[in-house]
Amino acid sequence: MKIHEFQAKDLLRAAGVPVLTGHVARTPAEAAAAFTALGTPVCAVKAQIHAGGRGKGQVQGSTQRGVELAKSAADASRIAEGLLGKTLVTIQTGPEGQVVRQVFVESGCAIDRELYCAVLVDRRVGSPVLIASTAGGMDIEEVAAKTPELILSEPFDPDRGLAGWQARLLAAKLGLPTAAWRHAETFFRKLCQAFVDLDASLLEVNPLVLTKDGTLVALDAKMTFDDNALFRHKDIQALRDEAEEEPAEIRAAAAGLSYVKLDGTIGCLVNGAGLAMSTMDLVKLHGGEPANFLDVGGGADVKQVTEAFRIILSDTNVKAILVNIFGGIMRCTTIATALIEASKTVGFTVPLVVRLEGTEVEQGKKILAESGTAIITADGLTDAAKKVVAAAASHA
Amino acid sequence: MSILVNRDTRVICQGITGKVGEFHTRGCLDYGTRMVGGVTPGKGGETVAGLPVFNTVAEARDATGANATMIFVPPAFAADAILEAVGAGIELVVAITEGIPVMDMARVLPVVQDSASRLIGPNCPGVITPAECKIGIMPGYIHTPGHVGVMSRSGTLTYEAVWQLTNLGHGQSTCVGLGGDPLVGSSFIDILELFQADPDTHAILMMGEIGGSAEEEAAEFVKHHVTKPVAAFIAGRTAPPGKRMGHAGAIISGGKGTAEAKLAALADAGIEIAESPADMGAALVRAIARRA
Repeated sequence: MKIHEFQAKDLLRAAGVPVLTGHVARTPAEAAAAFTALGTPVCAVKAQIHAGGRGKGQVQGSTQRGVELAKSAADASRIAEGLLGKTLVTIQTGPEGQVVRQVFVESGCAIDRELYCAVLVDRRVGSPVLIASTAGGMDIEEVAAKTPELILSEPFDPDRGLAGWQARLLAAKLGLPTAAWRHAETFFRKLCQAFVDLDASLLEVNPLVLTKDGTLVALDAKMTFDDNALFRHKDIQALRDEAEEEPAEIRAAAAGLSYVKLDGTIGCLVNGAGLAMSTMDLVKLHGGEPANFLDVGGGADVKQVTEAFRIILSDTNVKAILVNIFGGIMRCTTIATALIEASKTVGFTVPLVVRLEGTEVEQGKKILAESGTAIITADGLTDAAKKVVAAAASHA
Repeated sequence: MSILVNRDTRVICQGITGKVGEFHTRGCLDYGTRMVGGVTPGKGGETVAGLPVFNTVAEARDATGANATMIFVPPAFAADAILEAVGAGIELVVAITEGIPVMDMARVLPVVQDSASRLIGPNCPGVITPAECKIGIMPGYIHTPGHVGVMSRSGTLTYEAVWQLTNLGHGQSTCVGLGGDPLVGSSFIDILELFQADPDTHAILMMGEIGGSAEEEAAEFVKHHVTKPVAAFIAGRTAPPGKRMGHAGAIISGGKGTAEAKLAALADAGIEIAESPADMGAALVRAIARRA
């Protein structure tokens, strides 16, 4: 789950990580009032969307950037006006962009140097790791690709946290003045602690700023959370901004399904993430374009699978549906029953290609055959992919 | 011979009194696995599927001589269940549970590494040595005894591959589901080492997916340490960057973990590539033919 920058900063502030003061504004007037309330000579007005690259991003049809500095309340109002309700396109939003519904007006600070740091789980090491670089404010992925020696990393145990010496080592390698080391130690250790305590999957501070008075401040903050751990963080669940998410994806999540909307015409309903990805690959290999990734998981019941069909059918781009099930935990009979249920309650308006294998496959096939539901059956993967691509083409 | 499990493996199920735990315990019994008991705290003394239920893993181990466990405990308590099994000295811990918080696994892994136990999973289908021992949720009938070692990060994709192998007349020595989570107990490399050392495994088929760098590391290992024919498939070639495809592990970020990078590394290591998921079994046959 993703949250906004201002929400991440609230969480960091509460965890003792230094951030600047700021206010959320949903109208230009609120932005102006926020500027006045902050009382600093310069403020940053920052679009709040669930995507990075805002500073370089641009509002569709204007020269407005996603982050700009304001030197007066009127300035703040003007920038907010240019952002609110507009579509911001950044390197991470894709060309369709994302609508800005709120801005964050944040006090300025005297920047001496911009750095980068992030906390994430390193699969190779098998533990969380603090990553830092002197290349702050830049596209860190490019830095990692071109100059990996500029990326420093310190793994740490979740319970022991980052050791003081590890933080000082990073401070020294980052070339921070010795006077700032104590401060850096506190900053890094609290940041790592926050990552663990909040069950984050990514906590990125870019840029991390060394101010002219020798302190470190998180000038930006991007946080995503481990969905599997949200059950123990009701406060974080409350930060979910559904306006930032794809409606069908919200619906799928509520039904316990894993769904990602894509741009193609062939709806896919598969069990298991690996097989679901492979099914998409196969559709593409045979000249089709998948409309979605949908993993019904192992334990889904008839109700959940029926909802899965509804979600796929709610996408008007879908011209044909491919059901590919290799039953393990999931029984083919469950899929067959749900398919009939969906055809009764929702009605299939597009051709349906079904490939069943695995647990209770014979009974599943029998249920489908006896129901009289109009389906195209397929044997094996290639047959299924060819049939669905052909069906989509003839239906279009 | 085989790896990890065979007809002598004595298995308990943690979470046996749950609906899913019981269902799959019965499935394993039907397959012929030597299931010897189960564990659910507070339900010691009960019987499920004809097997005795114990309150703790240590009790179950002492009473049954179990040396392997299959975990179906719900996600919030699963990490603790793994630690309990490790603490009781169970040699093979197979965690089927899906949805364990990553931070819990970050706490579990160092304990497993410092122990004599081996962890497979979590979020995996389990381990099977055909006709001898099935620990997990895979449909038994698709497997057949033979000499191909199979390993994968994805459950149903493994079934697909195994089914293709069986239909091509290639049986399996052992099939291992590593699990789709970012942090899992055993890597491709761990299992490659076992397959390489197992005289009964003559060739290896692996299924990876986008995200992380486990496949690249496996390729590097194969290049230097594996003499047996290897074939591989990578799922998610058409997945868009930045979107998580179901498995918490399956996400391409910052150009890392792309299918292209993985395929290049695999090909460089002399591994036969399956171009489509329908080609996995055939790729293994090609890998064997190349060596002949």
